[in-house]
Amino acid sequence: MTDAILSRRLVLKWTGVASTLAVAGSLLPNFGISAALAADLGAGDIGVLNYAYALEQLEAAFYTQVVKTPYKGITKSELSTLTAIRDHEVEHRDFLKKALGAKAIPGLEVDFSAIKFSSRKSVLGTAEVFENLGVAAYNGAGQLIKNVDYLAVAGSIVSVEARHCASIAELIGGQSRKAAGAGHVDAKGLDGALSPAQVLPKAAPFIKTPVTANSLV
Amino acid sequence: MNNQNNFIMDEIDPDLAERIDAGRRNLFARYAAPSIALGSAPLLLAAASTEAFAAGGLPQKVVDVLNFALTLEYLEAAFYKTGNNTAGLIPAKYKGLFRTIGQHETAHVALLKGALGAAAVKAPKVDFTAGGKYADVFSNFATFATLSATFEDLGVAAYKGQAGNLAGTAVLTTALQIHSVEARHASAVRPLIGKAGFDGAFDKPKTKAEVLAAATPFLA
Repeated sequence: MTDAILSRRLVLKWTGVASTLAVAGSLLPNFGISAALAADLGAGDIGVLNYAYALEQLEAAFYTQVVKTPYKGITKSELSTLTAIRDHEVEHRDFLKKALGAKAIPGLEVDFSAIKFSSRKSVLGTAEVFENLGVAAYNGAGQLIKNVDYLAVAGSIVSVEARHCASIAELIGGQSRKAAGAGHVDAKGLDGALSPAQVLPKAAPFIKTPVTANSLV
Repeated sequence: MNNQNNFIMDEIDPDLAERIDAGRRNLFARYAAPSIALGSAPLLLAAASTEAFAAGGLPQKVVDVLNFALTLEYLEAAFYKTGNNTAGLIPAKYKGLFRTIGQHETAHVALLKGALGAAAVKAPKVDFTAGGKYADVFSNFATFATLSATFEDLGVAAYKGQAGNLAGTAVLTTALQIHSVEARHASAVRPLIGKAGFDGAFDKPKTKAEVLAAATPFLA
């Protein structure tokens, strides 16, 4: 019940775009999406790639700001790691945008007002959240991808996001249990896997581009 | 491949695109080659400790992939078991890291064995000195960390290379959830041997043959 309501809210209407694109809308077969709307969404894989593109936009924008206005007391080594991560996220973003071509969602306006870019703790804490969310998002989206070539692309990105998780954990607490994934890896040795319906509410506070459920009502 | 696929593939760095193509070609080779799986009996999942995998029988192709993964996990689990139990090997400040990694690898073994049930391959005999090449693997932390990073990076590439074989199956998500854990491990260990946690924005897959070639020296 709650899930159904959440999912409805998650069908994003990208303001300023004539056509409505529901991120991963094809994943919601049981929530009463009309056939007419489903047709609007395009192929399911495109929805998933746009979902990934949205998350990569968020990460790229975040690290771009981090490198542009480094936090107080940042070390050379920290800046070097964060710059490398920025470069990766920008590559991911640009790759997905090119791959999607005309089917790409527009550039998202971000809202980082909750992040204190001058604070090491705030920056690294946010990085930890974004990276772990990214890993769980890709892990959860893999099964939704029909085309094995797209799956290979997602696979080549997700492990880099997981590497980032460890790098950020190291900046926070050194070569610790957390760097190996403690706190995010369960007792079965499994990493997170979240559906778009679980991921998008966590990303939404950082995205200014209005997100409404109107398209489903 | 339709135009859209070509488009996305063209955007991948050429090396990666080539690897992916090679992986696809290898699908056929894989069917022709003898499987490393010892058992090929129809599989019924042991219900108990395997909730992460969907209940029901698994196709042979999936059984082969899981046994391939299990072999690597056996190797890793044995490696960390010995390392973590060798007094004086791991500096105190890294003990938590390697204990956690070892716990994860042991959990992966249990998960895969549970999913495979009677079709699971047995643990291979291992030689972490690789015939003497790494004679000090359990007495010199630098050697131990080097092999750890090697095994973890190999694991990442191995799972990645098999994702296509698991597409559309109930075990894909679980395999991805293991894959990213191996990547966390690799990135956590690599700085101990002076490497960054990553090699660029896109990780590359390895085929089963490439992975087995890399792992074979450690199988006794």
